Amino acid sequence: MYKEEILILRVVVRFMMPFIQIYGCYIIVSGHLGPGGGFAGGTIVAASMILYALTFDVDRALDKVPHKHATMLESLGGIWFMSCGIVGLLLGGNFLANGQIGVPLGTPGRLLSGGLVPVIYFGVGIKVAMTIMSLYFSLVEEDR
Amino acid sequence: MIILDLLLLNILVLCAIAAIRVRDLLSAVIIFSAYSLLMAIIWLQLGSPDVAITEAAVGAGVTTMLFIATISKTRRYE
Repeated sequence: MYKEEILILRVVVRFMMPFIQIYGCYIIVSGHLGPGGGFAGGTIVAASMILYALTFDVDRALDKVPHKHATMLESLGGIWFMSCGIVGLLLGGNFLANGQIGVPLGTPGRLLSGGLVPVIYFGVGIKVAMTIMSLYFSLVEEDR
Repeated sequence: MIILDLLLLNILVLCAIAAIRVRDLLSAVIIFSAYSLLMAIIWLQLGSPDVAITEAAVGAGVTTMLFIATISKTRRYE
C-alpha cells in the first residue's frame, strides 16, 4: 500500500541528497567569511544522512556510514580540535593562538585566510556531523 | 518592517501556547518545528544570520526528527 507515494519520496530524496550535502560543505568551508561554521554545516550534513535513513532504510544508511566508523570519526574530530589548540601552547602562545605564533593570516575576504580558523572548523564540522548521526543511529537501533 | 516583526512575534507566542496546550504529541512536535522556523526568521530580522542558520538546522531539522523517533518508540497520546 502507498507504493506510489514511497516511489515519489525516494526519487525526490535521491535527487536532493547531493545538493544538501554540497550546501553543508559550503557552510563549513566558508564559515570564517560569512554566517555559518562548523556546527551549522555539520548539522546540515548529518540531516541529509538522517533523511536518507528515514526515506530508505536504516540498514542501507548504516551500510554507507557504519556506526563504528561514525564513533571513531567523532573522537577524531575532538582530537583534531585539541591538537590545533595545543600547537599554540607548544609554540609559546596561548591555547588556540592564531596570529600570535606566526601563522600566515592571508588577505581578509579570500577563502584561504584566517590562519587556523578554517582548519579548526573542518574538525568541528566532522565532529558535529558524526555525533548527530550516531545519536540517531543509537536511538533507532536500540531494540534490535 | 516593524509590522512584519510584530506579526512574526504574535504568531510565535501563539505557536508556543499551542505546543503546550495540544494533547496529541505528534502535533505538538510539528507546532514546535514551526515555532523554530519562525524563530529563525526573527533572528534574521534582528541581524544575526549565524544564529538563524543554526536555529533552522538544529531546531527545525534535527530536534524534530529526534522527537519523532522518540514518539515512534513510545506512545503518541498523553
